[in-house]
Formats: sequence, C-alpha cells, structure tokens
Amino acid sequence: MSEKIVLNYDVDSDDFTRAGEASSKVKRKLKLMGVDPDVVRRVAISLYEGEINMVIHADGGTIQVIIFPDKIEMTLRDRGPGIEDIELAMRAGYTTAPDNIRSLGFGAGMGLPNMKRYADDLKIESKVGIGTTVKMRVDIP
Amino acid sequence: MSGFFNSVNLKKELCMGCINCIKRCPTQAIRVRDGKAFIVKEFCIDCGECIRICPHHAKEATYDSISIMENFEYKVALPAPSLYGQFNNLEDINIVLTALKMMGFNDVYEVSSAAEIVSELTRKYVAENEDKWPIISTACPTVVRLIQVRFPNLIDHLLPIYAPVDLAAINAKKKAMEETGLPPEKIGIIFISPCPAKVTAVKSPIGIEKSEIDGVLAIKEVYTSLLPFMKKSMNKVEDIGKSGRIGIGWGSSGGEAGALLTDNYLAADGIDNVIRVLDDLEDQKFDKLEFIELNACSGGCVGGVLTVENPYIAKVKLKRLRKYLPVAGTHLSSDESNEAFWTDEVPFEPVFKIGKDMKDSIKKMARVEELCTKFPGLDCGSCGAPTCKALAEDIVRGVAKEGDCIHILRDYIHRLSDELSRIDSKR
Repeated sequence: MSEKIVLNYDVDSDDFTRAGEASSKVKRKLKLMGVDPDVVRRVAISLYEGEINMVIHADGGTIQVIIFPDKIEMTLRDRGPGIEDIELAMRAGYTTAPDNIRSLGFGAGMGLPNMKRYADDLKIESKVGIGTTVKMRVDIP
Repeated sequence: MSGFFNSVNLKKELCMGCINCIKRCPTQAIRVRDGKAFIVKEFCIDCGECIRICPHHAKEATYDSISIMENFEYKVALPAPSLYGQFNNLEDINIVLTALKMMGFNDVYEVSSAAEIVSELTRKYVAENEDKWPIISTACPTVVRLIQVRFPNLIDHLLPIYAPVDLAAINAKKKAMEETGLPPEKIGIIFISPCPAKVTAVKSPIGIEKSEIDGVLAIKEVYTSLLPFMKKSMNKVEDIGKSGRIGIGWGSSGGEAGALLTDNYLAADGIDNVIRVLDDLEDQKFDKLEFIELNACSGGCVGGVLTVENPYIAKVKLKRLRKYLPVAGTHLSSDESNEAFWTDEVPFEPVFKIGKDMKDSIKKMARVEELCTKFPGLDCGSCGAPTCKALAEDIVRGVAKEGDCIHILRDYIHRLSDELSRIDSKR
C-alpha cells in the first residue's frame, strides 16, 4: 500500500460557474482527512487561483493533486497560450486578462503572486504557443 | 463542550424511513438504519432542516413545556424579537409584553433590549479589531457550531460577544435578584424562542461557561396561550418595552448587521447560503468586508422552526412595528461592557475526521475513492446514506457495509443465481 492518494480533475474552459470545483473537492477531502486547517486553507487558495487562471487564460486543462503524509503536490497543466515573461507575470497587479473577465471581478493580477505566497514551493514551466505547467507544493507540518 | 447534545428528537412510530431528511441535512448527519432515521449526534448542527422537511412530522424539536414555570417562585420572560412578528394587526409591542405578565410571568426582559447593547459593543469591537475583519456574527448558535466543526480557519473571526439572549438572561437574573431578594435558583429565566438550537446552546454553550437561561419555550406554544391574554390586556397596557428599531430589527436577517452603521457588510440567511459564504470566505474570495451576519434560517430568526407565521410576512410585520420607535431604546452601562465578552476559547472540533493520523487518513481516503468507483453514483439514498460517497465514508468508518448498496447487492444476487443455475445445469 503506497502512502499517497492521487486525484485527477479536468478543468473546463470559460465556465466560471464551475471554476473552483476541483479546489472545493480537494478542500473537502483534506478536511475529512484531518489535515491541519492552515494547510487546507493554503492548498484551497493556491489551487483555486490556479484553476481560475486556467479558465481565464488557457481554455481549461488538467489538475493532478497528490496527497502524501507530509506534503501535498499540485500539478496544473494547460495547453494555453503560454507565458511570455514569467518574471513579469509573477509581479503583483500585472495582468493580461481581457476586460470582460476583469469586469467579473477576476484578473486583478494577483493569481500567481497569491499562489507563490500560499505554496511552500512554486515552479512554472511555460512555452509560448504550447502551454503552461504549474507545480506547487504545500508541506504538512 | 462536553458530549454532543441535539435539540431534534425522532418520533419513531411516525418515521417511515424515507430519504427526505437524509437528503436535506446540510452536514450529512442523518442515516436511515433499520428503517428509521438516525442522527449522528456529533455531525448535527441543530439547523432544524430535517424538522422542516419531514413529511410525516416524525422530527420534533426539543424545548421545555410551559409547565416549567411552576418550578420557580419568580419568573422572567425573555421574548425574542421574532415573537412580535407573529401577530396580525399588532400595533404596540407592549400588548404582547403585558399579556406575558398576565400569562403568569412576574417580569419581562426583552431580548431585543440586550441586542441593542450587543450592537453597541459590536460596533466598538469591529472598529478596534481590523485585523480580524470580517467579523462573523455569533448570535445564531447553528452558525457557530458549523464553524466550530467545519471551518476551523474562521474561528478567529467569530465575534466573541454574548448572544443577545444570553446577555438578556444575565441582566434579567441580576435585576430579579435585586428586586426580590430571592436566591438565583428560585428565579426562572425563561426564553421564548423561535429556534430549538437555543435549547442546545443552553445545555452545551460555546464561548461561555454556563448559560443563565433556565428554560426555553417555543414561540408556537406560547402563541396560542398568549392570544386570549392579548385581547384582555388591550385596555390596561403597561409601558414595558425598552427596545428601539435596532433591537427589533435583530429578529430578521440584516437587522444585526444593519445596526452597525456601516455599509461594508454582508448578511446571508438559509443554511445552504451560509455554507456557501463560509466556503468562499475561507478561500478568501472576498476581502475588505467588516462584518458578516449569518442566520441558518431563511429570513433570519423569524424563519425559526418554532415560529408560526411565514418568515417573510413576519419580517414585514416587524418592519411596521419598528417604524415609529426610537433608533435604540437601551444603552450600554459601564459594567456591562466587560461582562458581555466570551470567557472561553472556542476549540476546533474535527468531528468529521476520518483517520487517526495522516497515514491512516490516506489509507482510508484511498479506500473511499475505490469504493466510490464501485457504487453506481446515483445517490439514491436506498442504503440509508445521503450519497454514494457518504456510504463509502460510512463503510470506511466501520458503520456500514458494501452490501447496504442495493445495486451491489443486486449484482451479487445475479451472480449467485447465475452460479446456481450453472451448477444446476451440470447435474
């Protein structure tokens, strides 16, 4: 018996009413498992931000969450436009979200900065025209 | 909090073992076992939804009988503001208050009057604790319990001030002791309540050591006893009422938050809406709010299961009654400001936790996932659990078995009969 659980989710494109479904499901599972509340909160927020990013910028994608006894690893893959300048994208307030998205209250340029803030580790691999993979890790104390 | 107390009782003879309540329960606390509904006590938050939905009236709220008054030498009624919204053509709250005295109460202390003190203290607390914004109201005991078991990250945001009824009880008891010279045990502080969750809050209080309330009566029972006295009281109405628009406003959703004199608040009512707000709040989906008022019942306290009138009609009636009252009738006295704060920490109670440690939880969660792929995913409720996932969790907790799923049982019987006929044909 391996000591981990692998969870896979598809994120649909352009459906804001469903954005956040994966992070809600993961949150519910972590709570049920008795994971430290602060860890649950950080996973939920960073995953939600990532999920929203996939809907806004990348026509959806896939999320894999692996729960280990001492950490939670999240991998978010999309085949979107890719990020030209990752350093710039990481800057708080920088956004490429179109107006119709911003008018919904999203796209304030805080997605990646928040993910970095709440995850213990964040890695972004991106190729313009091919897609982006975001890997996050939250440690369980 | 020691042990788990609920204010919902099952009348077994009326329960048909249908799935209405298990489907409605917001915390998935109910199962049908051996043909009868069964509440998992530690999961129940006393929201009253099962009482509302049961078509067979098998769920009954727990509250005290009016005869509890006989246990005390001196009785003080604590009417909830929602009581005033129950009557047709009521123009003066004093008619209700006078009738309560004619009914046998020696004195009346309005909960709405204590609510105005709580409002005053809340305004101060909100202004002084910006780091804890949004502050979440704690007047609804169901909401507090929900946060305690399911939203540990929000416990710090709870308003650590007595609920109006608890403050009213303290003040009323003190006043009665001063006026009568009687010892506290001879004084009965009796709350006239729209909600059975208050019964639980009296028996197992959160945030305070002990409640001063000695009995909880249902508005719907007091209502019928009160009507004849209200007619009689018309010609000798006493001027008892001490609350204003703010206090009466607490009876319906938005009243508590509206009393804070800021627009920067949110007020949600109805248990599903409350859960949604808490979920989003936990994920920090909205910020910069100062205050969040949450009521488990639709419409606020006027929607409590122990009320008589349609909650939205009751809300209109409260609005009419408030119209010509002063903004507030009761103000804070200096000694109250310290006494009205919670004395006890509110610990997180992870009642839903599935494993004893992380490794155990991973093992059990993996098993839940595996079981879920076996079940049909219809959430039909025939097994007695509200969803296939809930059944899987029950199995992992050791309180149910795979064969409880009728679809799995049916496949098993099919296999068995195929096997039998195969053996039979070989003979």
